[in-house]
Amino acid sequence: MIDFLKSILGREPAGSKNLAKERLRLVLVHDRATVSPHLLESLKEDLIKVISNYMEIDREALDVQLNRDDDSVALVANIPVLKMKRTYQDAQV
Amino acid sequence: MGEVIVITSGKGGVGKTTTTANIGTGLAALGYKVVLIDTDIGLRNLDVVMGLENRIVYDLVDVTQGHCRLKQALIKDKRFDGLFLLPAAQTKDKTAVNAEDMKKLCSELEKEFDYILIDCPAGIEQGFKNAIAGAQKAIIVTTPEVSAVRDADRIIGLLEANNLKSPRLIINRIRPDMVKRGDMMNIDDMLDILAIDLMGVVPDDEYIVVSTNKGEPAVLDMNSRAGQAYRNIARRITGEEVPLINLEYEDGLLNKLKRLLGLKG
Ligand SMILES: Nc1ncnc2c1ncn2[C@@H]1O[C@H](COP(=O)(O)OP(=O)(O)OP(=O)(O)O)[C@@H](O)[C@H]1O
Ligand SMILES: [Mg+2]
Repeated sequence: MIDFLKSILGREPAGSKNLAKERLRLVLVHDRATVSPHLLESLKEDLIKVISNYMEIDREALDVQLNRDDDSVALVANIPVLKMKRTYQDAQV
Repeated sequence: MGEVIVITSGKGGVGKTTTTANIGTGLAALGYKVVLIDTDIGLRNLDVVMGLENRIVYDLVDVTQGHCRLKQALIKDKRFDGLFLLPAAQTKDKTAVNAEDMKKLCSELEKEFDYILIDCPAGIEQGFKNAIAGAQKAIIVTTPEVSAVRDADRIIGLLEANNLKSPRLIINRIRPDMVKRGDMMNIDDMLDILAIDLMGVVPDDEYIVVSTNKGEPAVLDMNSRAGQAYRNIARRITGEEVPLINLEYEDGLLNKLKRLLGLKG
């Protein structure tokens, strides 16, 4: 709501501060993820839990990381699938 | 029981010492019993900002190593009876004090003083660990620059990991003219990024240099803009609700509304 009001009340000035904000946003995604090593570890464990409901995965080979680009950060997960579960439960007969 | 507050920033030179001196003096001016501890061992500065450099006999390390009693090392301020400084050691290195020493020292001082303010050194090494060890609350000082805000974010994480929850932010050296033309992040930008509560905003003010030259904290000067900001912050620390001063709102919603309605140039 506030943002909406702001956007109609005045143009945000187009100085260097927007660049500062954007750069900070990206650098902090990375900083926060790496400063707490537990974050990616516990994310991994949660992922395994959820995915295991649907398929059997190679837990040892599972790899999760943040990839940084010039203007974006992406969470990239490589999860080798060993076996698919048969999901009879959900199939409509 | 007193309140132990650490003033920290990560990045160097953003205004921790200036802030400690001014808030401390501001609280003393309100009638509280205050002690300031300089934990920047090897680079002591709080003494000169307070104008007390000629009165130092003992220092923090003398106290923690038992060379003198705590009372002997506390330097009384020139202006206020209830204001004291515990200076940092200049000759020893950071390892001369440890976190246990600081905890003991703080719990000792809590019995005597209303506010114990700890001026933290830059960085996240031993000096930082010492400075936060005995603290119950934290104030983070930053300037509206990418590097300072980034370091502030890191510090917030480290404080939380050390059970110092909900630190509050002081934005120092803001330049309303630069904010207005979009060349400096404004208050909302920084609160949005750091997601912590605001303690106050201090404008960039040449009077800070003048006051440091004289060894008289700007908070005592009724004509200094920064001084006004520090007086407000001191009152907020005591729990009083004090609105941000006008310049602190320079690019806020309120002014945009006013401009829109033609109430402001
Ligand atoms: N609001 C302000 N306006 C103008 N100058 C300021 C302001 N705040 C601080 N300064 C100046 O910035 C310099 C650094 O301030 P200060 O020593 O308080 O920073 P610090 O964070 O304690 O530094 P360090 O990390 O080295 O301990 C000083 O010269 C001081 O006079
Ligand atoms: Mg300092």
